[in-house]
Amino acid sequence: MDTVLGIDLPTWWFLLIGALISGYGILDGFDLGAGAVHLFFRKEESRRIALNAIGPVWDGNEVWLVIGAGSLFAAFPFVYGTILSVFYLPFMLFLVAIIFRAISIEFRSKEEMKWWRKMWDVSFCLSSITISLLLGLILGNLIQGIPLNANHEFVGRLRDFFNPYALLIAVTVLSLFMMHGAMYLIMKTEDRIFTRLTIIANNTSKFFILCFMATSLATLIYVPHMTAIFKDHPALFVLPVAAVLIVLNIRRSIEKRQYQRGFVSSAVTTALLLILFAMGLYPNLVLSNIDPRGHISIYQAASSEGSLRTMLLIAFIGMPLVATYTIFMFWTFRGKVKLEEHSY
Amino acid sequence: MDNVELLSRIQFAFTIAFHYIYPPLSIGLGVCLVVMEGLYLKTKDKIYEELTRFWVRIFALIFGIGVATGIVMEFEFGTNWATYSRYVGDIFGSALAAEGIFAFALESAFLGILLFGWNKVSPRVHFLATVLVALGSIFSALWIVVANSWQQTPSGYRIEGTGMQARAIVTDFWAMVFNPSSIERYSHVLIGALLAGSFLVLSVSAWYILKKQYVVHSRAAFRIALWVAAVSSLGQLFTGHQSAEVVTKYQPAKLAAMEGHFKKSAPADMYLMGWVNASEQKTMGLKIPGGLSFLVHQDFNAPIPGLNSIKAENRPTAVNFVFQTYHLMVAIGMTLIALTLFSLYLLYKKKLFETRWLMSVFVFAVLLPQIANQVGWYTAEVGRQPWVVYGLLRTSDALSQAVKAEHVLASLILFTLVYVMLFALFLYLLNKKIQHGPDVMDSDQEEPSSRMNPVLN
Repeated sequence: MDTVLGIDLPTWWFLLIGALISGYGILDGFDLGAGAVHLFFRKEESRRIALNAIGPVWDGNEVWLVIGAGSLFAAFPFVYGTILSVFYLPFMLFLVAIIFRAISIEFRSKEEMKWWRKMWDVSFCLSSITISLLLGLILGNLIQGIPLNANHEFVGRLRDFFNPYALLIAVTVLSLFMMHGAMYLIMKTEDRIFTRLTIIANNTSKFFILCFMATSLATLIYVPHMTAIFKDHPALFVLPVAAVLIVLNIRRSIEKRQYQRGFVSSAVTTALLLILFAMGLYPNLVLSNIDPRGHISIYQAASSEGSLRTMLLIAFIGMPLVATYTIFMFWTFRGKVKLEEHSY
Repeated sequence: MDNVELLSRIQFAFTIAFHYIYPPLSIGLGVCLVVMEGLYLKTKDKIYEELTRFWVRIFALIFGIGVATGIVMEFEFGTNWATYSRYVGDIFGSALAAEGIFAFALESAFLGILLFGWNKVSPRVHFLATVLVALGSIFSALWIVVANSWQQTPSGYRIEGTGMQARAIVTDFWAMVFNPSSIERYSHVLIGALLAGSFLVLSVSAWYILKKQYVVHSRAAFRIALWVAAVSSLGQLFTGHQSAEVVTKYQPAKLAAMEGHFKKSAPADMYLMGWVNASEQKTMGLKIPGGLSFLVHQDFNAPIPGLNSIKAENRPTAVNFVFQTYHLMVAIGMTLIALTLFSLYLLYKKKLFETRWLMSVFVFAVLLPQIANQVGWYTAEVGRQPWVVYGLLRTSDALSQAVKAEHVLASLILFTLVYVMLFALFLYLLNKKIQHGPDVMDSDQEEPSSRMNPVLN
């Protein structure tokens, strides 16, 4: 098989899509988290500041979802079709939540009426929570594997997705995003809302650490195939250890009021958790929990070599551009939020 | 047709028809914004700045809904059409991913600066952001239309595997991108978008002129949009003809359905309007005998293959629907040409803004390009049936195997409710923004006769 820099093309795409999903988790993660804690702010002004802290960037953050999904479609169409159709209803709810979230942000400031703003505040918060939970639910099921028979056909039922482990992952993802979002908002705010957020960051980080411990334990006990790789390659054990240290560092940063460092740590945590998931998965993309022949590997699911190669070239040209826009955008809106005439 | 297929087709048609209201508006409006802000930078005239800021607010509303409903489309390929996704992932997926990387990222990043960057960046950088957002939306349409055009006229591929395992593999990337209908269909769609956006500006400006509000602003905006609309509507004649030529060459079944032409091989008429009775294979209406033959072969007696020359299972079933949508699109296209050219003539005669009945026509004319875009899309997509990829993959074979009819029904009901609410809110807020009007800083400017635009007059 063709390789680029010693890595075969499907593996390149496995890595790239992993990077895109991590980018999405880190970027949209903080604005979803900001949405999830939105109702903790009581004052109208605080809510406006919180909304405007993500105002100029949330749309750009969502681009990573669009590119990630598009890349999965292009590089592993077999998996794209399988995952999306198997999780049909969760993804439909996800899409409706994405719509509600976008219009909540956009419509809220368009009317002065109290009920109007309250309605969109609730819709913004609930849709952010729903998206986070659904992403976690889908992830939780993918970690365990889904019922695919030897022909990769789905033979399960919808209600099987609501199992305790998947629900635990859903809550863990929500807690991670809430903590991440709270720390992003802290960096963008001052005064009253800043003080309120320090309390929220403190509580959500404790909540996350509880979830993190529960998830680690549950994974060790109930999903042994995710940790099998460490038996064969003990050196890789450095990664879960790093994850634990970084998670502890989040708490330490919050206690020392170094929120920027805390934000970076929670971003790294997001990436590390996804890397651990990817390591447990590789070289498969979807695991079957009833028949190992049902696993879908990157080689079975990959597009043609020519297409992967062309797309890799497109990605090498395109991704630095996307990174440049992203940096330029965050740089333009650096510093604390000030409300002005164009604000939401 | 089983229930999953029927429901999935309804869901896809409904969600894409709704989505297709917004991107054409933002593309057309984006181009108008570039002209307005460019004129502001060039003339330093406050009017153009106020106009830009006003239309940016409306742009934001439209863009937001366009993005949210667009993400739905990307996911629906996988959720409802998993077999299709696997079949065309190599090709369609590549185009979608390229759209995300090269176009959507550009628009979304610079949209933030367009909306919130007024006091953060210099006017030049702000203008650059406006240009990049407009370019991003234009590139975005390019990749989407390329992907769709490949479904209409596949090329640059080979088929690997058989039955449910079959898939199309790219053999020549550029032949795939520039497949035989890409350029013609893209220019047709792009000009349709320019018409949608410019007619929105025309409608709102005409309404203000009728109400004698923001008259100076509205006249300036009207002139800008009228030029965009006039050039576009004439251009549409050209791209429309080219698109029809491509259909003639590559999709004879669609062409036959567009004109209700059944006979195996005979000279074909061109209808101005009519009705197709598909069961009796008869088409009645006002026609130019041999007109289609003439248009295609410059010969009124040249035979054109009709629907009966195509195997029954490969013919589009909704012939009258394709005929009607196609003819409505053409009729609207002609109306837009007449309307814009007549208006340009009146502008030249300096009577345009005093012709109140014409201004009233423009207030409602905003619907015309929207209807034309919608029915043109129906012609293209319904005319392609029963194929999802023309000649290669049937729509009935493209479905997701894992999805049950009740799940599609549930999601269809959900989307219907959400979209009806979304549309009502959109109209309400659009109306509110129009009622509010541009923020005019200096009230002296509101004297209609005192100021004339040096650039556009």
